[in-house]
Amino acid sequence: MFEGVPLNWFLITATLMFFIGIYGFLVRKNLITMLMSLELILNSVNINFVAFNKLLYPQHLEGMFFTVFIIAVAAAEASVAIAIIINIYRRLVNIDVENMNEMKN
Amino acid sequence: MINFGYTVWIVLIPLFLFILIGFFGHKFKPIVSGIIGTSGLFASMAISYFTAYQYFFVLPKVGETFVKVIGFETTWLRFTEKLVIHLGVLLDPISVMMLIVITTVSFMVHLYSIGYMEGEKGYMRFFSFLSLFSFSMLGLVVATNIFQMYIFWELVGVSSYLLIGFYYTKDTAVAASKKAFIVTRFADLGFLIGILLLSFNTGTFDFITLTDPKGAAIAQGSGIMFLGLSTMTWSMIFIFMGGAGKSAMFPLHIWLPDAMEGPTPVSALIHAATMVVAGVYLVARLFPIFHFSAPVALDVVMYVGAFSSIFAAVIACTQFDIKRVLAYSTMSQIGMMMFALGVSGYGEEAGLGFMASMFHLFTHAFFKALLFLGAGAIIHAVHSNYMNEMGGLRKHLPITHITFLIACLAIAGIPPLAGFFSKDEILAASHQKAMWIFILGLIISGLTAFYMFRLYFSIFWGKDQHYHHTPHEAPKVMTIPLMLLSLGAIFAGLLPFSSFVTSDGKPFASHIDMAIAIPAVLVGVIGALTAMVFYRKETNIPEKISGFLGGFYRAAFRKFYIDEIYLFITRKIIFNYVSRPIAWFDRHIVDGSMNGISYVTNEVSGRIKGLQSGQLQTYAWVFVTGAVALALTFIYLWTN
Amino acid sequence: MTNNQIMFFIFSAVIVIFSILTVTSRRILRAATFLLFVLVSTAGLYFMLRFNFLAAIQLTLYAGGIVVLIIFSILLTSQVGAKLELPGLSKKIYALIAAAAGAALCIWTILQYNFPRTSIESGRTSIDDIGKALTSTGKYGYALPFEVISILLLAAMIGSIVIAKKRKD
Repeated sequence: MFEGVPLNWFLITATLMFFIGIYGFLVRKNLITMLMSLELILNSVNINFVAFNKLLYPQHLEGMFFTVFIIAVAAAEASVAIAIIINIYRRLVNIDVENMNEMKN
Repeated sequence: MINFGYTVWIVLIPLFLFILIGFFGHKFKPIVSGIIGTSGLFASMAISYFTAYQYFFVLPKVGETFVKVIGFETTWLRFTEKLVIHLGVLLDPISVMMLIVITTVSFMVHLYSIGYMEGEKGYMRFFSFLSLFSFSMLGLVVATNIFQMYIFWELVGVSSYLLIGFYYTKDTAVAASKKAFIVTRFADLGFLIGILLLSFNTGTFDFITLTDPKGAAIAQGSGIMFLGLSTMTWSMIFIFMGGAGKSAMFPLHIWLPDAMEGPTPVSALIHAATMVVAGVYLVARLFPIFHFSAPVALDVVMYVGAFSSIFAAVIACTQFDIKRVLAYSTMSQIGMMMFALGVSGYGEEAGLGFMASMFHLFTHAFFKALLFLGAGAIIHAVHSNYMNEMGGLRKHLPITHITFLIACLAIAGIPPLAGFFSKDEILAASHQKAMWIFILGLIISGLTAFYMFRLYFSIFWGKDQHYHHTPHEAPKVMTIPLMLLSLGAIFAGLLPFSSFVTSDGKPFASHIDMAIAIPAVLVGVIGALTAMVFYRKETNIPEKISGFLGGFYRAAFRKFYIDEIYLFITRKIIFNYVSRPIAWFDRHIVDGSMNGISYVTNEVSGRIKGLQSGQLQTYAWVFVTGAVALALTFIYLWTN
Repeated sequence: MTNNQIMFFIFSAVIVIFSILTVTSRRILRAATFLLFVLVSTAGLYFMLRFNFLAAIQLTLYAGGIVVLIIFSILLTSQVGAKLELPGLSKKIYALIAAAAGAALCIWTILQYNFPRTSIESGRTSIDDIGKALTSTGKYGYALPFEVISILLLAAMIGSIVIAKKRKD
């Protein structure tokens, strides 16, 4: 049992983080900064899982395990995304998302 | 009872040959495929002769009648309890007779082709097609039911198409093969309609049931009337249409002269001795139905046969391509067989026409195959098809000369050669029927003698031509079949044919009626002598006569413009008044609707393509706002 | 104010402020550093909730692994001193509207909902339990997702190598 901080507060923090990430994803032009926004989004989801786990069902570990899995997925996603970004950089010499509007090049 | 199961091998051996030569022929030297094909056909021929011996002499007759025997039968397709299709071997006098004719001529042609086709490209292709043809033709004649006959009938058409188009690099050969295929296919449409009508009416495909004079099929009689004729009559007329197509009867004869584009042995086998008589065989096979249930259809057979015969004989007198002369001669002779069937009655003496027709088919196969093979030897030596480029060949080609002369005498009906006897029977039968058809027959005989001897004298006598290189006699492998066939042309007529093949299977004794034989021979001799006067020495009589006949001669020379009429009908009438509106409909209505759809799609997509900018962040923005809007809608706004 | 509340306010303030800085900073390397602060504060939240193992993973994998990966790729693809160009005003406004609307909707919904309070005492989660649960196939066992994730990681590794390596053409 965790005293003092209600679940709502965690959720609100995570929500703010999530939509800040969304905002970053929508306005940033550089692909790497977009990737960082994506990490924010994933992280906010993790906070939600953990908070639900601890404050609603402390006897189980689902929230924690899914957080672990999401971290693993985030790592995989980051590695593949960076590989793609480097490949794009080789071809276009910049990594501006607005220059990538064709499927093949 | 004798087991005739082995007869199935007569049919199957050529099939195996086809598969063997067709699929593995390239593994051997070309000559090997020829030898394999020839020896296989020899085996088939030997079995056929043995079958004939057993059938005619060993098999006990039932009440003086040759019975129909099912040698072999297997169920091929079983649709319902009633609709069952068998494949098998039916033996009766005419099918046994046809087996002998086909295997003999086919063997001779195979043997001859070993020499004739030497050095040609596609040697083994030729032999595999020949085997395919032999298989289909044999399957056709032994068919136990009309459906099997139809299957092999089409197979025969296909192999004929393949063989006419053998020189597929030559435009005329390709056109001729297409023409033959389309015309016969059109006729086969009639055949199929006829089969369906007949089997629907009688409820059976089986020949034995169908043609039993006391059987249900005939006793059931006419059935429903349509346009003043019974459905039976209509079905027989449609079936005869198929037969007329294959046998090149007027007006479906136009493919036969063009079919001479094929190699000459093919013309000898398919377009003289076997396939083209399939129509005659078909009418003979269904003769009891024609006679008892559809006498009007039998009259149609008679008129069509008689007209085709005289028509072709007149054209044959004007042609210069020797193979075309022979083609028209074939058409004329088949016309005679047809009208012999048409005038025939049923029963012993009354069925004289039937017997005469089959007899003529038998003898004609020998001397017409001989004529074609001889023509092949001549073309082989001279490298030309035109008789006005030939002359004086008797010195160069002695064996061909003698055999060709024998064949000419036989077809002209000079006793005691084969043609005399069979033609005499035909004339006797037509004399029984009506005077006019007897006289027509005499005229055709005279014309036949005339054009055959015109051919003979133009080629072997006449003026001496200068050839590029001296013509030389064909090799032994080609002359031996010529000599063997000339033996057939001499002696085939001496067979007591009426004691084997008759309309009802009951033998009777036929005799030569002097009152008919003497005019027939006289007419033949006159025709031959006229030709001798005209063509033996170089004279200007033919030019004078053709000038005198004027327009008629030109019409006959242009084959009475039948091809042109067909072209007129198809190009001017069907293309303009049927195809063009359909094309218009297709172009403007069918294509138009499709074009309209594509136009609309094009316009709409042009307008909305701005939505797909390829900008990732725009998509993401739409996605996020969409998700928020949906959440808002379904959580707060749309609650009931 | 309890200790927990103080800790929470500190961590969440850091998270929100540095998140905003991450998405607005014009120097890309600084943005990566701010992201690192956000992730470390998140780890702090996990510690506060007594998920020690998870917090350790967060620190090593996220803060240590992914951020370093991002910094490497920044160094490969950008000039360190360069400032990012500013996004267009209309783009900013649209994005702000979408994000604000979404945030408002979510926060409104969260505040409306009355979550039940639990009284079960959980205590500390031992590494032993986590390991057992991760390899167990029974109820509350996570062997299957674990295997799936390991195959995913393998595939991602092979895929990124194949994509990023230089082509010979």
